[in-house]
Amino acid sequence: MSLALDVLTILSVSTGAFFFLAGTVGLLRFPDAFSRLHALTKADNLGLGLVVLGLLFQAGGLLAALKLVGAWLLALLAGATITQLIARTARTDRSTM
Amino acid sequence: MAFDIGLAILVLGVAAWTIAARDTFAAVIGFVAYGLLLALVWVRLAAPDVALTEAALGSGLTGGLLLGASTRLARTQGSAAIDKPSAIIRRAAAVLCTLVSAGLGAIVLLLPEPAPTLAPQAAANLAATGLGNPVTAVLMAYRAIDTLLETVVLLLALVGIWSLAPDQLWGGLPGRRYPVDRDGVLTFVAQLLVPVGILVGIYIFWVGSIAPGGEFQGATILAAMWIFATMARLADSPAVSRRWLRLVLVVGPAVFFAIGLAGFAIAGGFLAYPEAHAKLLILTIEVPVTLSIAATLALLVGGPPERALR
Amino acid sequence: MTDATLYGLCGAALVGLGLFGLIVHPQPLRKILAFNLIGGGAFLLFGVVARRGASAGLDGDPVPQALVITGLVVAFAATALAVALLLRLFQETGRATLRSDDSQP
Repeated sequence: MSLALDVLTILSVSTGAFFFLAGTVGLLRFPDAFSRLHALTKADNLGLGLVVLGLLFQAGGLLAALKLVGAWLLALLAGATITQLIARTARTDRSTM
Repeated sequence: MAFDIGLAILVLGVAAWTIAARDTFAAVIGFVAYGLLLALVWVRLAAPDVALTEAALGSGLTGGLLLGASTRLARTQGSAAIDKPSAIIRRAAAVLCTLVSAGLGAIVLLLPEPAPTLAPQAAANLAATGLGNPVTAVLMAYRAIDTLLETVVLLLALVGIWSLAPDQLWGGLPGRRYPVDRDGVLTFVAQLLVPVGILVGIYIFWVGSIAPGGEFQGATILAAMWIFATMARLADSPAVSRRWLRLVLVVGPAVFFAIGLAGFAIAGGFLAYPEAHAKLLILTIEVPVTLSIAATLALLVGGPPERALR
Repeated sequence: MTDATLYGLCGAALVGLGLFGLIVHPQPLRKILAFNLIGGGAFLLFGVVARRGASAGLDGDPVPQALVITGLVVAFAATALAVALLLRLFQETGRATLRSDDSQP
């Protein structure tokens, strides 16, 4: 049973890490701020979700699992806010150039 | 072990980038990332209290402070280029720094074995303090005078910052007035997050007596929530001449000092606690100290008064 | 080599890196950043001593850990004061440099 859980954890965390890698490649290769933001938020939120999913299999109890999910939701919220703010600043910068 | 090697290489890489980056803004972002990685290192060194403090204070508040400063100083970026030291000085500095690092590395490798430690004494006296977290016991019982002086040092730094205000702004409001958020994104998130953050901060302070946490970590989170609320225009900084603000700042060290003096009467020494009431006294000190430190940290980030008192 | 020794060597390297940045960068804000790096490295050395002192059921000696917490808080206060001084210098002179200008009367 625990072997199956370990395999699931490794699979989820590896997929999550791959998504983070994809997001970083997007950050480095995309031409302008908006496409970079798009790549980052989509890939990083999904990547973090998969990593948290993988860790849920290893969590010792319901409270620890809830804390992990809570951390993911907070990161989601913070990421969404920052993306909005950066995108707005980029748009006003572009319109004043 | 492989994870530790990878983490150490990552920390050194990000630190090297912080030093080598051309743009100051990029260097500050690198510093924030370095702080978070350092918090991971502290977890690997079995010091979760220090990891919490590093992530919140060393990376979070310091990063915010430096980001604000770097945006204000952005115009001076280019003019400092003429002051760059010559190649000879850079090479000599590199040699000097390599020697310093090598010396410190040699000390690390030659540390005495078996390692001297105060852990047995700390653990043996833990029951007498009524606490479950040995680091909090060190901070609030064994070396309480260091913590008392630390709160005073924070206040002195704040007084130093306030004294930098120009004459006409003396006693005014610290920090600038943030622009109104027309789309409401920051306001919405602040209304959602600040209550949660305050709860988390109080919880981390409260649980510090039995688990990793404590007043400094909790106070940092409370200070960060205040700064967030001012950024979202949900609140404005009070003027530094307000009496209630100064009372809040001083109540922590004052209560600490008073209980310390009372220690002469009830337990025979400065900051000594009678065994039966140690936990209660420590709690009585910790609550006002957390409040004062939260206010002090928030005001330290705010800076000297920039808007005159109306 | 234990993890503690590895992180100790990392801390020693950080002190060297920070010292290099402190000497080489002309902008005061970069010097403040480098100074914080030196601080981080020095605290890691404390952390190594704490980790090696694990005994009596504790994972680390709590006394150096408490010293590091105090040090982090005081380092933040010092950074805040340094940044405030720098911003005031910028407000007064319009330049953020530590070099005294000989052309000013």
